[in-house]
Amino acid sequence: MTWAWLIGAVLFLILAPLAGGLIAGIDRKITARMQGRVGPPLLQPFYDVGKLFEKERVVVTTAQNFYVLAYLVFIALAGALFFAGGDLLLTIFAFTLAHVFLVLGAYAAHSPYSHIGAERELIQVMAYEPMVILAAVGLYMVANSFYVADIAAVAVPAILYLPGVFLGLAVILTIKLRKSPFDISTSHHAHQEIVKGITTEFSGPTLGTIEIAHWYENIFLLGLVYLFFAWNPVVGVIAVVLTYLVEIFVDNTTARVRWQAALKTGWFAALIGIVNLAILSYMMIGGV
Amino acid sequence: MQTLLFLILFPIIAACLLLFVKRTALRYVVVVISALAIGGATIYLLLRHISAGAVYFAVPSGTVDPLMVVIEMGLALFIIYMGVKFKNYLAIALAAVQAALVVYLETTYSGSLHVVNNLFVDQFSIIMALIIGIIGSLIAVYSVSYMETYHHHHPEVRDRQRTFFFVIFIFLAAMFGLVFSNNLMWVFFFWEITTITSFLLIGYAETEEATKNAFLALVMNLLGGIAFVAALIILAATEPLSGGIDLAGVLSSGDAAVILLPAALIGFAGITKAALMPFSSWLLGAMVAPTPVSALLHSSTMVKAGVYILVRFAPVFAGTLTGFSIGLVGGLTFVLASAIAISQSNAKRVLAYSTIANLGLIAACAGVGTYMLVWAAILLIIFHAIAKALLFLGTGMIEHRIGSRDIEDMEGLIVRMPRMAVMMFIGMAGMFLAPFGMLISKWAAIEAFVQAPFGLIFIAILAYGSAVTVFFWAKWMGKLVAVTREQERVEKGILEEPWAPLYILTGLVVAATLLFPLISSVLIEPYVLAIYGATARMAQANVAIMLLMMALLLLLPISFLLFKRSAKHLPAYMGGRPATEDRRFAGSLGLTREAQTRNYYLNDYFGEAKLFRPGLAVCTALIIISWILAGVAL
Repeated sequence: MTWAWLIGAVLFLILAPLAGGLIAGIDRKITARMQGRVGPPLLQPFYDVGKLFEKERVVVTTAQNFYVLAYLVFIALAGALFFAGGDLLLTIFAFTLAHVFLVLGAYAAHSPYSHIGAERELIQVMAYEPMVILAAVGLYMVANSFYVADIAAVAVPAILYLPGVFLGLAVILTIKLRKSPFDISTSHHAHQEIVKGITTEFSGPTLGTIEIAHWYENIFLLGLVYLFFAWNPVVGVIAVVLTYLVEIFVDNTTARVRWQAALKTGWFAALIGIVNLAILSYMMIGGV
Repeated sequence: MQTLLFLILFPIIAACLLLFVKRTALRYVVVVISALAIGGATIYLLLRHISAGAVYFAVPSGTVDPLMVVIEMGLALFIIYMGVKFKNYLAIALAAVQAALVVYLETTYSGSLHVVNNLFVDQFSIIMALIIGIIGSLIAVYSVSYMETYHHHHPEVRDRQRTFFFVIFIFLAAMFGLVFSNNLMWVFFFWEITTITSFLLIGYAETEEATKNAFLALVMNLLGGIAFVAALIILAATEPLSGGIDLAGVLSSGDAAVILLPAALIGFAGITKAALMPFSSWLLGAMVAPTPVSALLHSSTMVKAGVYILVRFAPVFAGTLTGFSIGLVGGLTFVLASAIAISQSNAKRVLAYSTIANLGLIAACAGVGTYMLVWAAILLIIFHAIAKALLFLGTGMIEHRIGSRDIEDMEGLIVRMPRMAVMMFIGMAGMFLAPFGMLISKWAAIEAFVQAPFGLIFIAILAYGSAVTVFFWAKWMGKLVAVTREQERVEKGILEEPWAPLYILTGLVVAATLLFPLISSVLIEPYVLAIYGATARMAQANVAIMLLMMALLLLLPISFLLFKRSAKHLPAYMGGRPATEDRRFAGSLGLTREAQTRNYYLNDYFGEAKLFRPGLAVCTALIIISWILAGVAL
């Protein structure tokens, strides 16, 4: 084993916030155009977060800072593990740990709005978790390894084996990117928000931290999408861009649904993934 | 061999001694000394046999065997007596059937009922012994003052503490006997003892509900007992082929078809004891007993006997459709019990459903029975025992302090009982979060099922099951960590349970995770290797990352020092109304109102009423299918 894995991890830790912020800027620009507005400057997300860090530290309870810090640390760790070529399942579990910390931060504030946001965030976790695990299992079945490095090195197009899994992943990607119609715990859009959901009680540098963690996670998610097309980097990048554009389009053309619909959709997406995997394993080993 | 005999016999002596101890202080001394002796002996056993593999001991059984039969008959008479007293005729009938079968077995096949090596110890036995010896003893120590407080809170319950502690230690002795016996007749004998002891403990309060639930547990476990005897009869009848009642002989028997049916019957006994569906109701009913009893039943004894026997027979189940159906019973139990746990607000019921779920997962691993899955199953047994004991004891203490076991009433526990809340937090993290033990096991199970034939259905079960698990634990954690204002600390009490067992268990949750590579390489891998000729282990790189995560988790609380000075505190947002820190806000008409928060229980989707019955039906069908398949193979 060479030091390549370390380079991947370090590059992720340094570049992911920059790339994530940039993507957020492009996202806002495209969203604005879709809505017939001009939109903010490309670097607006950076200005926003920078401003957040200059604001006064205001909290409901000191403990919430701790949970948010833990959230950022474990998101960054999980993403670094992914880009270091590490175990995909462990990456997923580390992300779950990170999200539980964010949820606990919202609970700790003991506020009605953040409480509802926390409950909804947990419903979101429950909605997307099965599909995320199945995506890892699907990639395993193609690459015969859970290591991201091995999956990325597979010479065959994983997408041809896993179209259903990819479709399911695309559905829950909407939840993970906090995009409409499944942005039930907190939204980027002011028009459909119950105050600010899970982030209601977070402000200033703490809110900035959450935003950076969100950028980190988005880069991981796009990396996960890339794995399905990793046999050809050019196709891979194009696929990632297209997937994200579709997500933006969906975001701007749908209204928030209730949690029941989010849960059912997430679990139905996983069902598509299971059917795909069943067919795949039937073809590969003659048995489910 | 002396250590084994000590571990089986010493708790019996301690039990008899406790029958005569009246004063609490003295009882405490006796229990602590016994606990130290038992715990110490299990650790000695570990050090002594750590690298020895399976060792068999020829124990002369000339007088022991008849004595066991006499005791079994005595127990049957006792059940019949209790059945008459409380008019439970089903229990009488089952006890009579079981006794008749034992007599039939003893008289018809007396020539086949001798085993040279009656006792044995291998790495799996050592693991079980450590769980029973350390966690069981800690629970016993905790029980002494708990029971004092219990009777203080429940003056209506007759004080039978001497019997209580007698039964607890007999229970431990029976568990040791069960995991050390190579003679299946002996396993059955100890199996029946655990049935009776749990019956007595569940019925301790002598209320109508307690008696009813005690009989429920008794009846269900007697069903398993009958299946067990039936298996013994088949094994004895086919001795030359099956290996008879010699456990090692049966497991190494070349005739897979002959031993499959007895294995399925013993597996059924395991399912009843491990409270899988359709037998989950006895474990839920068992919560009427004082909390240490629940802790004991759920973590180190009783249900662990059920999964112990399932994992022992996993090599027989491996690759068979019978094993697959048993695995499915476990898998369905896992996903349904986890889902129902969402809808429960009673802390003990949440813990109970979580236990049932995890036992289901262990059974799923054992039923499918590949070497990687057995490895994962043993890991699950270890981590579950530690974390669950901690959570039950913690819940018991919380209940005595705040007067409720409702999760909603535990809001702000971090303020009211900070030490307890942190320990509960660690215990829960141990149940579902990376990098703690249970998650390692689930992860291992996913990797193992991917490679198992027809494993996809279990992958699906695990994917959904893990998702709901996160939901019900995290929302409970959320209640604990909510920082409430102007609440007094209630951690200290006049009657206080000892903290030491809780500290030790909390330490064990963390230590087991840190030492997990060592536990795996020293105990689990040699056992799996000896049976399957191959073993699973976690990749070095992943171990390193898990340790890194653990280190981060332990270091992160230091960050509190950073925040202390800087922050300005404001009340929570109340829709823009003037609010105070204790969540009061200016409502309409000049009234001050208080905002309250309640967790989601999603009863329409995950309610008991919705999921329990279908689970019963499907799991019953699967069990019958497992028998038919095993019968066809025969």
